[in-house]
Amino acid sequence: MTALASQQSGRPGLDLPAMLKEAGVTALIALALTFPLVGLRTVDVGSRLTVSPRFTEVAIAVALVFIGRIGLILTREKQALPVLVVSLGVAAAAWFLPFPSAALKVIAIAGALIIAIRAAITARSDRSTLSQQERDRAMDRLGARVQDAAVWIGPIAILFAIVLPFMPFANRSVVDIGILILTYIMLGWGLNIVVGLAGLLDLGYVAFYAVGAYSYALLAHYFDFSFWLCLPLAGLLAATSGVILGFPVLRLRGDYFAIVTLGFGEIIRIVLLNWGVFTGGPNGISGIPRPSFFGIADFERRPPEGEIAFHQLFGIAFDPMHRIIFLYYLILALALCVNLFTMRIRKLPVGRAWEALREDDIACTSLGINRTNIKLAAFAIAAMFGGFAGSFFATRQGFISPESFTFIESAIILAIVVLGGMGSQIGVVVAALIIIGLPEAFRELAEYRMLAFGMGMVLIMVWRPRGLLAHRDPTILLHPKRSARQQQADSEAGE
Amino acid sequence: MTAITGTPLLEVEHLTMRFGGLVAVNDVSFTAMKQQITAVIGPNGAGKTTMFNCLTGFYSPTVGRLALHRDEGIFLLERLEAFRISQQAAVARTFQNIRLFAHMSVLENLIVAQHNKLMKASGFSVAGLLGLPVYRKAEKEAVELARHWLDKVKLTKFADWEAGNLPYGAQRRLEIARAMCTEPVLLCLDEPAAGLNPRESGDLAELLIYIRDEEKIGVLLIEHDMSVVMRISDHVVVLDYGRKISDGTPAYVKSDPTVIRAYLGEEEHEELPPEIIRDLPEVAEREEGA
Repeated sequence: MTALASQQSGRPGLDLPAMLKEAGVTALIALALTFPLVGLRTVDVGSRLTVSPRFTEVAIAVALVFIGRIGLILTREKQALPVLVVSLGVAAAAWFLPFPSAALKVIAIAGALIIAIRAAITARSDRSTLSQQERDRAMDRLGARVQDAAVWIGPIAILFAIVLPFMPFANRSVVDIGILILTYIMLGWGLNIVVGLAGLLDLGYVAFYAVGAYSYALLAHYFDFSFWLCLPLAGLLAATSGVILGFPVLRLRGDYFAIVTLGFGEIIRIVLLNWGVFTGGPNGISGIPRPSFFGIADFERRPPEGEIAFHQLFGIAFDPMHRIIFLYYLILALALCVNLFTMRIRKLPVGRAWEALREDDIACTSLGINRTNIKLAAFAIAAMFGGFAGSFFATRQGFISPESFTFIESAIILAIVVLGGMGSQIGVVVAALIIIGLPEAFRELAEYRMLAFGMGMVLIMVWRPRGLLAHRDPTILLHPKRSARQQQADSEAGE
Repeated sequence: MTAITGTPLLEVEHLTMRFGGLVAVNDVSFTAMKQQITAVIGPNGAGKTTMFNCLTGFYSPTVGRLALHRDEGIFLLERLEAFRISQQAAVARTFQNIRLFAHMSVLENLIVAQHNKLMKASGFSVAGLLGLPVYRKAEKEAVELARHWLDKVKLTKFADWEAGNLPYGAQRRLEIARAMCTEPVLLCLDEPAAGLNPRESGDLAELLIYIRDEEKIGVLLIEHDMSVVMRISDHVVVLDYGRKISDGTPAYVKSDPTVIRAYLGEEEHEELPPEIIRDLPEVAEREEGA
């Protein structure tokens, strides 16, 4: 690559010393940053903590930055095409080259690909990046297209989700990841009502998840209630806690509202942590009963006297996967219920009032809309869905403790909603796949997952602050024959 | 002051609004009649919008009685919560800086305005979630009302557009249509002609006359555009520094020297009529007192 750079420097218009100087400065900054962060590593030797240097990693990182910067400069200096070819080659080579650590490899490949994308854009449009507006418009078009395609994407996705446990590749871990993703999709859809539709930034959604989980765990622990009885009760209790929280809080606006919900989330967790005699405190509650097959049969190898087990009921061999698959379908059904509910309620006065409230709450008041009631409804309904998801979580894990309901959970659910595009149902699915699915798929890079997560969020906020698929279809049309978007496009073209 | 005849719709009595030491509206009383256009005019900062905010519940007045006469009885607006003023007393308003639901469609804006009616019809969402015919019928009626007003403000073609994408003048008209969709008895408009070109303000005047004559609704209007005010209003109230300085028919107000003085500033003392010169020390004293 450097050889190529020097060869190109012979062409007129390229200032080699300036280029090397710029790349050198960048490499120096990289050195200053990577040396303490990457270059020094603490190692446990016996009982002592020692520092071991990792100079190869630093050297490679700095070299990568240097080469990458030259690639960017050349792109800027209208050498986009060769840079594109070389960077693609580098990305391919990096795939096979041995690197001292997996992270460096990922960085090398990703960096080369990013440079390749920029070079490709430059080669096409003579500019290194698209403007914010162009990007927004392109993404809006994509969002609109996805929304239109939802008519067939939705059923196909649901069909895929239904047959997934019976695919040849579906082993236990695949179904488990499926359950995890579906749980977050359900939570995302629930939170979408508050954040996406009603426009209330709720940073403590996990509180309702916790209320639901503990409702089931405690009712089962103290009263031996079954899962199927507890599921609605957990939803009810979570909705009640939503209303109780909502009353004092909903008069607040914007940031203040967010701060109070954040506090509420922590209060619930800390109460659960400290009310030891009732909730088990930090030890949590274990031995939470697993769900039965609709109260008819259990998923046990040897059912208790006088009861029948699932495999006996259907006359099939016992398989521990049965319960997992049942849980998978349970959360799928719950999540789809939430989705169906949201899609319907969007077209009802409450749903429209939520969206109106998000747009302008003063205008809502002037139209005679009782803001408090409408916000409370959003809060209670979202809390109820959180409660359902929570009791599912409790029955799936069999063990819960306050550890599972920290702020980071709220943040992840919120990230799913925001990343997907506020108010977009499909966006939540896509975002849940990205945020929950990708880290699960790359478990080997466990140490760097949070780093990648944070970086991804920053990139999204810079490039697409409204979320990936932020597109809104009107809930009612006066001229349904042609789509409104088409009309609007027509008249915009006519202007 | 000339007498305005008619059946009273809104009686404003001794309305005063203080913000700390600032008296934004000072002891203003007037009566707006049914099926009349009552214009409130005055220089900038005269307290017109503050008065509107008191009427529509966004501020609660320091002193005063605001009685709205409906067939159902008398509603005291100063005692109602902001959203009940539209819900129960049927007073609708628009805003000086347009407040549409910008990312919702034009039609949706008009449907949201009929929230309370539809909410009841949807059985507080239960009937709506089940898709019962009673709700579907109510929604159809709501769309018909919306279509009626879309026709009136000439926006039928744009019904499925995002409201925020409409041109400025159309947004102003849509806001009036949205207020009318709440089926009010009194429509309060805060500078509806601001930023409109002469043709658009002509159309606006036609629309307001239609609302008065055909829909038989009282209109209370804040406006700076004198051509509109003088052409369509039946009754003009003039505010200056929070006080009412004149009240009467457009013709009377136009020739009232106090109004002219408020708008054009004071002339040299020698040229003032003697009775005003006599009053001047008193006025100065009062201003010092305030």
